[in-house]
Amino acid sequence: MTLVTTERPATPRLVDQFQLGLDAPICLTWELTYACNLACVHCLSSSGRRDPGELSTAECKQLIDEFERMQIFYVNIGGGEPTIRSDFWELVDYATAHHVGVKFSTNGSRITPEVAERLASSDYVDVQISLDGATADVNDAVRGAGSYATAIRAMERMAAAGFVGFKLSVVVTRQNAAQLDAFLALADRYQAQLRLTRLRPSGRGADVWDELHPTAEQQRSLYEWLLAHGEKVLTGDSFFHLAGYGESLPGLNLCGAGRVVCLVDPVGDVYACPFAIHDEFLAGNVRSPGGFDRVWKSSDLFTELRRPDTGGACRSCGSYDACRGGCMAAKFFTGLPLDGPDPECVLGNGEALLAAAADTVPPRPSLDHSRRPSGSAVATPVGPAAPVAVALLPRRPDRACDEHPLAGLDAGHHPH
Amino acid sequence: MPPTIPVGTASFDPGLPWALHPQVSLRPESFGALAYHFGTRRLSFLKSPTLLAVVSSLATQPTGRDACTAAGVAPDELPTYERALATLAESGMICERSAP
Repeated sequence: MTLVTTERPATPRLVDQFQLGLDAPICLTWELTYACNLACVHCLSSSGRRDPGELSTAECKQLIDEFERMQIFYVNIGGGEPTIRSDFWELVDYATAHHVGVKFSTNGSRITPEVAERLASSDYVDVQISLDGATADVNDAVRGAGSYATAIRAMERMAAAGFVGFKLSVVVTRQNAAQLDAFLALADRYQAQLRLTRLRPSGRGADVWDELHPTAEQQRSLYEWLLAHGEKVLTGDSFFHLAGYGESLPGLNLCGAGRVVCLVDPVGDVYACPFAIHDEFLAGNVRSPGGFDRVWKSSDLFTELRRPDTGGACRSCGSYDACRGGCMAAKFFTGLPLDGPDPECVLGNGEALLAAAADTVPPRPSLDHSRRPSGSAVATPVGPAAPVAVALLPRRPDRACDEHPLAGLDAGHHPH
Repeated sequence: MPPTIPVGTASFDPGLPWALHPQVSLRPESFGALAYHFGTRRLSFLKSPTLLAVVSSLATQPTGRDACTAAGVAPDELPTYERALATLAESGMICERSAP
């Protein structure tokens, strides 16, 4: 993004103003369905099976009308695998016809040559293809057998259709942290742009966090790598906790939850951010009177989140102004207090707290749409979401896994 | 899909007529406005209500400088606002238009 400023020294910093919230989100993630044909182990929304209460086509269109009225420039559509919805293209067309741009995340399974052609001809649609390993072995261990080949095939089709600059979206893990150069080469090969985002202990990610989150050394290397590559690599402002190392990465470097970003889930529930699917962060539902607009502007939760931050246990830390205490969802789902350090605090304060609280049980996601272990079909059986004992096995995809505070604000320069 | 708008080609001349790029939307906010370019998918923050007024009136003012003056920019502030407009021109948010 670009800051165009005429400020005098007394003007409050933009980041402080964002902290207080805007009239409408800058960046909104909308998960269209909990159904998914994959079962990524780290899925942030514990997706798998469709929820019987998902918004109808008509309700989705009403919501798009509301986005248009609020001048939400674009939405990040995810899931689940959003393209599974039979009205997916109808909704994409409706959104773009109503001046709401669409960027959608997909595992690539439905990107046929025809779909790629269609996408390439639209100015208002952008695509993110998820891949969590630069090699099939690393990727498929997380996203499931065959998912590497599926994503590569989709990228080939996008490139063949002439779609330049689609996104290759990668969640950085301990297993792929050494493959950053390989990811970049892969993106270049298909004229895509690389987008790296942070793994969160959200959804099924909570079950694999200990095994998958990067080590402290890897975080340091990642930080150096991101600094070296600047704005060529997108991050959706995902790694702002790394600013504690000293230099800010491109982006606004703040937690935008409920302030400049939020999530609308498939049943219309509005959460503070895509990584916070838990009752604690549920602000309301778009089906309630006043709709999304009222939830955004006046829900108790969002009002609370927009109050100035005190910094809590981090207040006295010299890095607080840089990292702002890190990611709310990462703290919550690892059982850490929200007003203390991030579990991946670069100064090690989070690790120390986690070690001290080793026998406390972190909160679990409020919802789980994982398919039952036996289920393998692309099925969308309806029924109440039964809790599933999550083994550390490949499960399902991470659709909007990548959406975060300022995701999609393809970082521009900051002249000031 | 692919950003097709040439970026960084325009050098800003405040003496010429300018306009918001047709693919750019403005959303007023308390600090000024958000500007989003659907072609390049870039977001810019206009950090003052006056700058929003300037940008909004570009298309109806003979020159960039006239737009500043009409929005109440004082002479000693002109360079600041012209720099801001130059930044917007660089990223393709505003573009030259043919004189009326």
